[in-house]
Amino acid sequence: MAAERVSMPGGNGRAPIDLSGKRNTGERVIGVVLFLFAAFSVLVTLGIVLVLLFEAITFFRVVPVTDFLFGNEWSALFMEKQWGVLPLVRGTLMTTFIAMVLAVPLGLMSAIYLSEYAKPSARSVLKPALELLAGVPTIVYGYFALTFISPELLKPLFGSEIQVLNGLAAGIAMGIMILPLMASLSEDAIRSVPGSLREAAYALGATKFETSTRVVVPAAVSGIIAAFILSMSRAIGETMIVALASGARPVAGWSPLDGMQTMTGYIVAVFTGDVVYGSIEFQSLFAVGLLLFLMTLSMNVLSQWVARRFRKEYQ
Amino acid sequence: MATEVQQRSRSAASASHFKDSDEFDVEDSVINIRDLDVYYGDFQAVAGVTIDVPRNRITAFIGPSGCGKSTVLRCINRMSDLVPSARVEGSIMYFGTEILSPKVDPVEVRRHIGMVFQKPNPFPKSIYENVAWGARINGFKGNMDEHVERCLRQAALWDEVKDKLKESGMALSGGQQQRLCIARALATEPDVILLDEPASALDPISTLKIEELLRELERSYTIVIVTHNMQQAARVSDQTVFFSLSEQRQGILVEAGPTQQIFTNPGDPRTEDYITGRFG
Amino acid sequence: MSANSELGTTQSTVTQHHWRPRISSRNRASKGFSLVFMGATLSAVLLLVLLFGVLLVRGWDWLTLDLILNQYSRHPEESGFQAAIFGSIWLVAGAGVMSFVMGVGTAIFLEEYAPRGGVTDFLQTNISNLSGVPSVVYGLLGLALFVEMLSLGRVLLAGALTMGLLILPIVIIASQEAIRNVPLGLRQAAYSVGATRWQVVWHHVLPAAIPGILTGTILAVSRAIGETAPLIVVGASAVVFTNPSGFFDHYTAMPMQIYQWTKQPQSEFKDLAAAAIIVLMVVLLTMNGIAIYLRQKLGKDRW
Repeated sequence: MAAERVSMPGGNGRAPIDLSGKRNTGERVIGVVLFLFAAFSVLVTLGIVLVLLFEAITFFRVVPVTDFLFGNEWSALFMEKQWGVLPLVRGTLMTTFIAMVLAVPLGLMSAIYLSEYAKPSARSVLKPALELLAGVPTIVYGYFALTFISPELLKPLFGSEIQVLNGLAAGIAMGIMILPLMASLSEDAIRSVPGSLREAAYALGATKFETSTRVVVPAAVSGIIAAFILSMSRAIGETMIVALASGARPVAGWSPLDGMQTMTGYIVAVFTGDVVYGSIEFQSLFAVGLLLFLMTLSMNVLSQWVARRFRKEYQ
Repeated sequence: MATEVQQRSRSAASASHFKDSDEFDVEDSVINIRDLDVYYGDFQAVAGVTIDVPRNRITAFIGPSGCGKSTVLRCINRMSDLVPSARVEGSIMYFGTEILSPKVDPVEVRRHIGMVFQKPNPFPKSIYENVAWGARINGFKGNMDEHVERCLRQAALWDEVKDKLKESGMALSGGQQQRLCIARALATEPDVILLDEPASALDPISTLKIEELLRELERSYTIVIVTHNMQQAARVSDQTVFFSLSEQRQGILVEAGPTQQIFTNPGDPRTEDYITGRFG
Repeated sequence: MSANSELGTTQSTVTQHHWRPRISSRNRASKGFSLVFMGATLSAVLLLVLLFGVLLVRGWDWLTLDLILNQYSRHPEESGFQAAIFGSIWLVAGAGVMSFVMGVGTAIFLEEYAPRGGVTDFLQTNISNLSGVPSVVYGLLGLALFVEMLSLGRVLLAGALTMGLLILPIVIIASQEAIRNVPLGLRQAAYSVGATRWQVVWHHVLPAAIPGILTGTILAVSRAIGETAPLIVVGASAVVFTNPSGFFDHYTAMPMQIYQWTKQPQSEFKDLAAAAIIVLMVVLLTMNGIAIYLRQKLGKDRW
């Protein structure tokens, strides 16, 4: 049956064909609107940077930057204010260190197990369990540290040496919190090692352990390092665990058995009282926040660079 | 010597007789491609292609894989625009309008020049919607039910689906899906239909059905088909265009002409080699 | 080493290499370490069990209807956190809507419209960075921008907007993934009948990507519901007696209330906090369950 050209506008090929596109203006508007949506994300970053800078600079007009960065005494909420941030940084680093000591070996080993050893049936149970662990809100970990780890686990161990609020409990809880992150990022890195590499190793008569530790993990090392850095960044930025479990007293020492305050803990502690807009305490929040932001941002950027730079090596 | 070549050519295209192809008049052509060059980044994939596509006839692009047949096909309906690194130079005239001009909206071009793909890709919608959607977005006015029926009839699918228009298009068999895609292409009332190896993913019976369908359709539409299957080209087309690779690995046009002539008396030795199966 | 062959025995001149200890001890080491690795993984699971165990032990007695129905009180036996429950609902609803709209729009732009090149890479990197910013910093942003500069004060809207910004990168990344998974053939088919880019997106790409987008949004929202730090900074109250009735009310949220109760010295309040945590976790599990169910159901129902 011969086709009839019936009802399309300009349908008959003989009629003058207009290919100039009548639908363009609507399309252009949509394109612009969508671009604005995407540009919004840049605005957010800009907002963060500007807000932090603005208030921090006001702070630094009163407190010299060198005093801030290198001073060893932080007593912001007491009568005589000292603004040396090192105690807070120390607290952050100590809790982070403890967390990493716990999370990195366990996380990496879990990653190796899940990707190289585990049978699909085991994987189908263990992986969701890890994801569940990852989804637990951090305040729950803080609660756990305060009400269980410290009194039930650590006190019997350390007796009178340890305070109720201490960095160790917080560090341990933080380690549990970032364990799933370290495990899943490392697992991604390990899984992306091409199967041909494993085959080559097995074909030479290597055991599974030898293949995993001497061939696969080294090949995935860039991704694993990136995972490490990202997990550390996450630990540094973590707030509620330290706010609940490690205390609010910035300390000069290095003992994890003492209470300590971290950068994040300080920011939250300020709000237990009433903060007056424009006061030096208010501004100090942003100075500490700026330092925190710069630390985590540089670590995130570093981890992306590491992942990209070394990935090319075996491809 | 010549008869030997002829005999070999005939046996290569054996078990298929040539269609009663109508002669075509190159003067009455719908699409004129001149000196088409296609680059992907710095790499030139197609060089200097010049073809006339006659109206209401079937033109087949044949040649070994990787020599630019599909690339050229996709330039005709500006699908090449969707590849970011692709750059197209030269001229493609369609009823006197230069398609490659930046003033031309590729969206409009695709309304007039439809395409059917190698792997059937019906929309995840009902059979009815598959056909209706293209028409609707292009401003169809009129009775949509009749239009859908008309398109499905032209695609030789109506009888098989008339009772299940509301069912999913993806529930059909491969051959039926491909005919649905043909019906979908017909829904915008194009003048030209481009088919990129439309039967290569189908079984032999569906393939023959589609070839029959194309011979029916050419009465009202101009058809260009890319095919790997020489017998298919011989069975179906009026004009055959043979592509190959140049020494610089660019896709080039070697020879174009009436199908019967290309297969029995090719002018270029490369064509002859391909037809007789010496390579490709 | 001598080899017997039909040619007679030959003395091999290959020097004897020292191979590693016999294969069986290497295998034993491998099996041993596999247990170690498994142990590491199981320890994570055990910690999870321990966590829940502690919560249940402490909080079980306090898991009563009163917890959900009552409002704030200084007496633990009369306390409930209804205001916090509703506050959380309002907060995540606002944050969810905001991040969904902005996030999906951004994802569509990045996947369907953006040209390959520097600007697009920059946008992508920026979003990646935003997803790694500590939640307190988002709180600081919200404090300075919404509470102070825009003078909203310590109201629910400020909290919802701040949370929305926090989870925006998650929604964007999840939506991009979902859109990327839509097969190219579908787009090509739609373009080939002369559809414009927006028609292809709206009629074909988005419907196909919706299950993944919804799943991502629900997961993002379930992250928001557990966040405490930004709320503290942005001014969620500790003491609220009534449910919120609008976006300009003072408010509290579940994690906030849990924080407050945990900090109280009395042991009863700590038990109450455990019960509240259980409620929060149930809500979270339900949301994740819905997300997974949606992904299965809408995914399979694809024609």
